Amino acid sequence: MKAVYTWSAIFAIVFASVVGDVLLARAMRQVGDVSTLRRSSGLWTVIARVLSNQNFVVGVMAMAMAFFSLLFALSWGDVSLVAPAAASLTFIGNAFAAKIFLHERVDRRRWIAAVLVAGGVALLAG
Amino acid sequence: MSFRKYLVLAGVTVFAAAGDSMLAHGMKQAGNISVHHLQSVLLAVLNPWVVVGILLLLGFFATYMHALSWADLTYVLPATSLGYVLLALVAKFALHEQVSPLRWLGIALISGGVGFVAGGPSLTTHSRAESASDEDKDHAVVGAANAPPFDSAQSRLLAKDARNRAPTGVRS
Repeated sequence: MKAVYTWSAIFAIVFASVVGDVLLARAMRQVGDVSTLRRSSGLWTVIARVLSNQNFVVGVMAMAMAFFSLLFALSWGDVSLVAPAAASLTFIGNAFAAKIFLHERVDRRRWIAAVLVAGGVALLAG
Repeated sequence: MSFRKYLVLAGVTVFAAAGDSMLAHGMKQAGNISVHHLQSVLLAVLNPWVVVGILLLLGFFATYMHALSWADLTYVLPATSLGYVLLALVAKFALHEQVSPLRWLGIALISGGVGFVAGGPSLTTHSRAESASDEDKDHAVVGAANAPPFDSAQSRLLAKDARNRAPTGVRS
């Protein structure tokens, strides 16, 4: 039963951090290249525009959810399972989500990169 | 990609790795925090290691947002995953911890992944019809079509990347 709780919490982490990453990426895509914007209208404009972006606000909330799910997962499962499983599944989940929701061109090169990094993280943290 | 952009990616990598390890170190000093004594979290925040860790993670967040403003999520994430490798190397050479063969394999896999993604374009451009561009076709061609005009610093870096990539690719 404990394994079920642990894996549910791991999937909650993965879900929340994928949602967070996608929303933050979308927010920054809407804001546009930060250095260009800073040169043209100053640092405070950049900060104001990022902080007032709805996707950014919801994205940060999703990241906070991911953090609390991590705390829950760690209270049920071992850190040597939770950390690598969550990190590497997030890599794979992000590749799918970025393709579907951000319409990024996830070509073979990027798939291979995502899978290699996910595998590497699993080995390293395991 | 200009040199500044590589610097931003390096910043994401280093800030994340350094911030995480400082935070972990500080929290270990602070001791266990139970659900029933949540106020001990407030005490943990006073630990200097935790303070520095939080500042570094703020730096991570700023550089991460900066990178996402000009690069794809599926580019930034693998490109900055060298932080895991950095942590393992710090553990090996600064903290003299044992790094098992499996972990070295993990390092090789991550380096290979970073090499793969670094050779491609950093940003998806939708100048052509989206339905056609979403297909996984050939990437050398796609990459060439998407890449912005190279400046000399970038082509030097890319050439260096290519040299670095060959051995890691074989190993992984």
